[in-house]
Amino acid sequence: MNPSFTQELASIVGQQYILTDRESLAVYGYDSTPEIESLPGAVLLPGSTDEVVRIMKLCHEAGVTVTPRGSGTNLSGGSLSAGGVVVQTSRLNRLLEIDEENLTATVEPGLITSTLHREVESRGLFYPPDPGSMNISTMGGNVAENSGGLRGLKYGVTADYVMGLETVLADGDMLRTGGKVVKDVAGYSLNPLLVSSEGTLGFFTGITVKLIPKPQGKITMLAHFPVLQDAALAVSAIIAAKVIPATLEFLDKVTIKCVEDYAHVGLPLDVDAVLLIEVDGHPVVIAEEAAAVAEICKKHRSSFFQTAQTAAEALKLTEARRTALSALARLKPTTILEDATVPRSCIAAMLKVIQDSAQKYNVVIGTFGHAGDGNLHPTCLTDERDHDEIKRAHAAFEEIFDAAIAMGGTITGEHGVGLAKKKYLPKLVGETGIRVMRGIKQAFDPKGILNPGKIF
Amino acid sequence: MDYVKLINCMRCGMCLPACPTYKETFLETASPRGRVALIRKLQEGELDQSERLLEFLSLCLDCQACASACPCGVNAGELVAEFTCEKKSADGLGFMEDLILRKLVPHPDRLETSMVPMRLYQNSGLQKLVRTLGVLKMFPKPLERMEGLLPSLPSRSLRQEISEVTPAVGTERGTVGFFLGCVMSLIFSDASRATIKLLSVLGYKVITPRNQVCCGAPNMLGGDLEGLKEAARTNIDIFGGYMVDFIVTDCGGCGAELKKYGHHIEEEAASEFSTKVRDISQVLALHIEELQAKLKPLHQKVTYHDPCHIAHCQGIRKEPRDLLKLVPGLEYKELDTADACCGSAGTYNIAKPEMSDKILHRKLDTVRASGAEILVTSNPGCLLQLKKGLADQLPHVKLMHLTEILAQSMEN
Repeated sequence: MNPSFTQELASIVGQQYILTDRESLAVYGYDSTPEIESLPGAVLLPGSTDEVVRIMKLCHEAGVTVTPRGSGTNLSGGSLSAGGVVVQTSRLNRLLEIDEENLTATVEPGLITSTLHREVESRGLFYPPDPGSMNISTMGGNVAENSGGLRGLKYGVTADYVMGLETVLADGDMLRTGGKVVKDVAGYSLNPLLVSSEGTLGFFTGITVKLIPKPQGKITMLAHFPVLQDAALAVSAIIAAKVIPATLEFLDKVTIKCVEDYAHVGLPLDVDAVLLIEVDGHPVVIAEEAAAVAEICKKHRSSFFQTAQTAAEALKLTEARRTALSALARLKPTTILEDATVPRSCIAAMLKVIQDSAQKYNVVIGTFGHAGDGNLHPTCLTDERDHDEIKRAHAAFEEIFDAAIAMGGTITGEHGVGLAKKKYLPKLVGETGIRVMRGIKQAFDPKGILNPGKIF
Repeated sequence: MDYVKLINCMRCGMCLPACPTYKETFLETASPRGRVALIRKLQEGELDQSERLLEFLSLCLDCQACASACPCGVNAGELVAEFTCEKKSADGLGFMEDLILRKLVPHPDRLETSMVPMRLYQNSGLQKLVRTLGVLKMFPKPLERMEGLLPSLPSRSLRQEISEVTPAVGTERGTVGFFLGCVMSLIFSDASRATIKLLSVLGYKVITPRNQVCCGAPNMLGGDLEGLKEAARTNIDIFGGYMVDFIVTDCGGCGAELKKYGHHIEEEAASEFSTKVRDISQVLALHIEELQAKLKPLHQKVTYHDPCHIAHCQGIRKEPRDLLKLVPGLEYKELDTADACCGSAGTYNIAKPEMSDKILHRKLDTVRASGAEILVTSNPGCLLQLKKGLADQLPHVKLMHLTEILAQSMEN
């Protein structure tokens, strides 16, 4: 990057907060996405909204690209830049306000998701989205990727909680959308457009989210199923019985074996599937719901069913699910974690496709995930040095994505398109979909300086 | 270094919130994930071994909080330590390293009679001393800092004072070898006295071999792997000469190192030695009921700071808490982020004073918020660092080793 230009950038953020040395750029060349790296030209850590505005104006004028980055836990390569400026939000991390009358929280983009959880929960309030990376992911990143999590089935995803945004546009102009009002039909709904825009439409500097009262109680249950199909049917039956669990998580046979080998939590190796179910809410209601869940699981031939009686027991039951990714990731150096999502009625069919593809291409895929959402995480355990196996893994995933699309599902439920899924997007949304998206991008960022090359 | 250990990092970022230096800087270069990437890129030839790269790596405390947080078993702290050790080893020991690591550390008598800063920064503290002495122009500042950390020293080391055999009180249930850490012996001898007392009261005959030597951790830090192995062999021989059920230490750093002898030396005697090593809390926790019967009330609020070498390196978290909760009347308050490093990290507090202070202040803030009147921990590095921190900021909070408070409750 041109030294006189980086000097101008330095004059905005201060010498301490601009990184241009080889070593620093090298470690900003990745995020959590396997196999993809790309070196930025400079990394900036602004300390105020005003600095973000000035950075954007300067880059817009010079035609230099800008890629927003939180903690770099993106799983689709969305926070990588090819020679442009990466703007890391970490210093913009204030929790600006918790408004208990309007039940909203207003935060800066660099605030860590679990910090918000802690703060609101200490006041008896609740911010449900809980992505797996919530201890390090940032609110800005969550909004840009529309992050999901374990509680999606009952509580929805990030988009369902974003009420207002303050966004710096590509040319440095400030756009304010939504606010604290519950109803707002003035003009186009721009919030949903900005949520999941993956850093291509604007840089969020202020985020107002909806809060809800914290559920009073929670009951945790675990069920083993010798036959996979029975587990899938139980999931559908639970929902058909009008019980909406806060968590309805699934582990397949490969994952169960890995978890047992690694953590010895006492899972039987002869079962095909394990479901972790949590219902939350008023104690009277959840007691009824838990009883219904127990009955349904038994009716669907679960070989083991346990309801936690204490918090410690609950923690023990959730252990298998909590260790799922660790157990899988330890087996091989490279872990490709996908998030193909289907309507929940198609879970059983989707699991079959995953198993068949893994077999066909001779790769190891463990599947766990949010069964209640139809959002599964087929996880391929491989070794990036084995080019042939990597190729086969991608071929297996291509089949899985195709099947997901055919079932009316999607190629990504919560990780975003970024660079990793770019080639699959046209298959899902068609030419018209791509054309409309390009038109929106053109309206927001005609010079194309914001996170270029992502999504489409 | 094993390349597979480097590519096992899947860059998920789970280590970032656990890393004290990332929390202070928000810089990827100051994160465990970034450090693994730097070493990997160096191995792959994408980066050179530049001063800047080494400087980035040197910011690592090796607290290994990242290892506790990692879902796939990568230990970034250990990888950085291994890398540094290999590099120093390849560069060769300088005159001062040779003098200190070879001529001083392995000989407790010489060590104990050496100059005051030596006695002060025994254990891993020596590494910085080496550097400090090697770069004379830096001398005054770190020395001043070292003096600031210096508590009043006992006139003689415990190693010289304690009898080699302390008999069990009452019926003898077993025999333990006591590994006396250098800093514990030189500076915190009261705590080690309490350790021996607790063991003997619980029915253990305690053997404290006078000819035992430093655990070798400073050698590892100084890049002297041979010196470490020599120390290990000496200690294995010495303790091997006694029939002991356990080899007990009350120093977290020594415990972590002693448990790795079996890894450093691939001999049966070494792994046998390592499997016998226990932190004092592990042994005391075997006798909860008996201990409880002997403890008398202490009406105070107490909290516990997890030393990295105990919680992250040895995975011991439950035992110290269980033991504190045994003391009648003692109100236990859990410290927020109790297992976050205090910034001591061997000689880190001298090598990187600014970062160390920031990390210390975070720790002190949590101690303040806990409302505790007594702060308990069980590692000499933490004791030194926290002693200074408390004196500056929270003079009303008393600092004690775990065995000291238990012994006090027994005496009341």
